[in-house]
Amino acid sequence: MNMSSYHYLGETWKHAILIVGSIVVILPFYIMLSYSLKSPGEIERNEGGFFGSQEMMIDERCAKLREPDQAAIDSARQRFTGLSDSEIYKALKAEIDTECSVRPIIFNYTKAFSEAPLLRYLMNGVIVTVSIFVVQVIVALPCAYALSKLRFRGREFVFGMVLFCLLIPVHAIALPLYIMLAKLGLTNTYAALVIPWTISVFGIFLMRQFFMTVPDDLIDAARMDGLGEFSIVWNVMLPTAIPALLAFAIFSVVAHWNDYFWPRIVVTGNRDLFTPPLGLREFKGDADGSFFGPMMATATIIVTPLIVAFLLAQRKFIEGITLTGMK
Amino acid sequence: MVGIALNGIQKSFGETRVLNSIDLQIEEGEFLTLVGPSGCGKSTLLRIISGLEAQSAGSVTIGDRPVDGVRASDRDLAMVFQSYALYPHLTVRENMMTPLRMRDLGFWQRLPLIGRFLPGASGKLEGMRKQVNETAEVLKIEALLERKPGQLSGGQRQRAALGRAMVRRPVAFLMDEPLSNLDAALRVHMRAELTELHRRLNTTFIYVTHDQAEALTMSTRVAVMMDGDILQLDTPTNVYSDPANLRVASFVGSPKINVLDGRLDRDGVVTVMNHRLQRRVPGATPQAVKVGLRPEHLRLVPEISGLGEYVGTVRHLEHLGSDVYLHVVLSDGTTTAIVRSDPDHAMGIGHGDTVRIAETRGAAMIFDAAGDRLPFEPVSESAPVSSKTQEVA
Ligand SMILES: Nc1ncnc2c1ncn2[C@@H]1O[C@H](COP(=O)(O)OP(=O)(O)OP(=O)(O)O)[C@@H](O)[C@H]1O
Ligand SMILES: [Mg+2]
Repeated sequence: MNMSSYHYLGETWKHAILIVGSIVVILPFYIMLSYSLKSPGEIERNEGGFFGSQEMMIDERCAKLREPDQAAIDSARQRFTGLSDSEIYKALKAEIDTECSVRPIIFNYTKAFSEAPLLRYLMNGVIVTVSIFVVQVIVALPCAYALSKLRFRGREFVFGMVLFCLLIPVHAIALPLYIMLAKLGLTNTYAALVIPWTISVFGIFLMRQFFMTVPDDLIDAARMDGLGEFSIVWNVMLPTAIPALLAFAIFSVVAHWNDYFWPRIVVTGNRDLFTPPLGLREFKGDADGSFFGPMMATATIIVTPLIVAFLLAQRKFIEGITLTGMK
Repeated sequence: MVGIALNGIQKSFGETRVLNSIDLQIEEGEFLTLVGPSGCGKSTLLRIISGLEAQSAGSVTIGDRPVDGVRASDRDLAMVFQSYALYPHLTVRENMMTPLRMRDLGFWQRLPLIGRFLPGASGKLEGMRKQVNETAEVLKIEALLERKPGQLSGGQRQRAALGRAMVRRPVAFLMDEPLSNLDAALRVHMRAELTELHRRLNTTFIYVTHDQAEALTMSTRVAVMMDGDILQLDTPTNVYSDPANLRVASFVGSPKINVLDGRLDRDGVVTVMNHRLQRRVPGATPQAVKVGLRPEHLRLVPEISGLGEYVGTVRHLEHLGSDVYLHVVLSDGTTTAIVRSDPDHAMGIGHGDTVRIAETRGAAMIFDAAGDRLPFEPVSESAPVSSKTQEVA
């Protein structure tokens, strides 16, 4: 075998492994999307391919709710003169079935919005993730600036502590945090969803690493021009750090948009504060078990904003990552 | 236009002493260059003058105003950095506006969007814009005003950085190796432009460089710094031809000055390589001395003439077009001397050839063991001093 066929073989292996890896990652996603399009029957019987047949289906709940009783049969008697009660019942039933039949895709997605106040949840998600990110930036930028560009006693120690905090998992401190918030009477408020995340050590670390690469001369030039330290942070460092900030924004927003753990703990009962992942709970444990379609439709709706945002920011995001040397 | 005075400036970073008690008077409108090898403390001194760094001891006075503890921006100085340090997210115009905005506009007037509608702001903005345009015209960067630094070449960025420094008409310009990121041709061109700019602005320039050519060509005076001290502060000509000590003599001049071992006897006569210098050092104690001879003070003489004080073997030839520098190992076998010659004389000389070298009378400089210069006796009538009548073969 010559060099190039060795090379070729190596490449094949690499690609095979990568393809398997990407299938593992994409498969759940594929299923989510596919289920959100199919009818309950198709999901149960696992048929219909990706799109399902999209044949008209009968909304069982709608049909059950309108189940004709004796009064309905009586009032319908005029329309169906000369028919027996059971025949009238059958006719009414047929009418109801046509009224209650929909395409599965429409069924799933309208249910997603009608079964739970999904729009409200999405809005909550936006409020929470945006406030978390904004406060994180307001805290992290000055910290990162001080840790990278100001000389003061104990700087290395403080930075060491920042690194140390990176090692603490949130679940470990969830309980004390919850107790603190409960004592302050903040549970079941937006504050409870936002406050614990406002100081992001990861954000401080990431921005500090980025600021280390900003030449000192730039800061000295700003000082000569008469900018104060605070305005250097916001008027000089912030604009130069946009790519890094964008990278951080994606980390932060994705993490908190998708967070199920913390909202589940501090939001108890008050559905007005539910974030999108909590909204998914509305579909769980239905006895008939045939609500996978709407549930997956909800999940699809929840992840769509993230995917759109990522696609829009993709180029800058990757730029930001390489700039901070995270690769 | 004001002078700047430094008194006993010291600076230490932790344990390391970087500046040892610097005293320096910078005259109004002067072009003073701080030159020295890397790490000697030039930038540190400049940063202390600018206020970006605080001195450990001593005081800085600008005009009659002591500025110790005054913020960098309130010292009315402008600085040009080696890396230009332009704000990457602003256009050249905005870059140049920044120092003016910070100085002339109040806090509320600087606010985005609403700031410009506050009373007085629009008039000031108009004035500032005019100043920027005038400066851009002087530097010939009008066409670049709307570009961002990333869209400029190195030389254009250099001008933009100069522009940002110039717009606010500072009492002095501080420049830290502003040309060292440019290519050789542009650097030479910018040297001329900076000199011209200095003449036109008539403002004090304090210029830091490790490039002696820049120091010698542009300055009114040169301060040669080494290891945290100013070794000599003088005009470029004097720093070159009349160095105060051996370190200055070795640093200034390219190629380097030749240093030969010599002996000073009781009568003040210096002997170097079995040859006695004609001039005498008065009041001397006998000691070993160093004799400095610049390459241009040595010349080749024909082998057969028997003239010339030194004999040596050529080790290496450097052809620079107009000049040829010969690296010659002298007859003692250890000392290497560099001799300047013109291409005509050096023709036919090659590696390993033996050459005779004559020195220009009255050009040698004597340094004692500590490196300090020992002056020669004042020239008397009788002593034949300079060899204006060069006995070139
Ligand atoms: N912030 C600092 N902390 C510790 N030491 C420093 C600091 N800044 C400078 N030094 C030291 O001070 C000395 C002088 O530095 P300086 O930057 O003034 O040198 P320089 O003459 O400008 O050299 P170059 O020509 O390389 O720019 C150097 O030895 C340097 O290591
Ligand atoms: Mg320097």
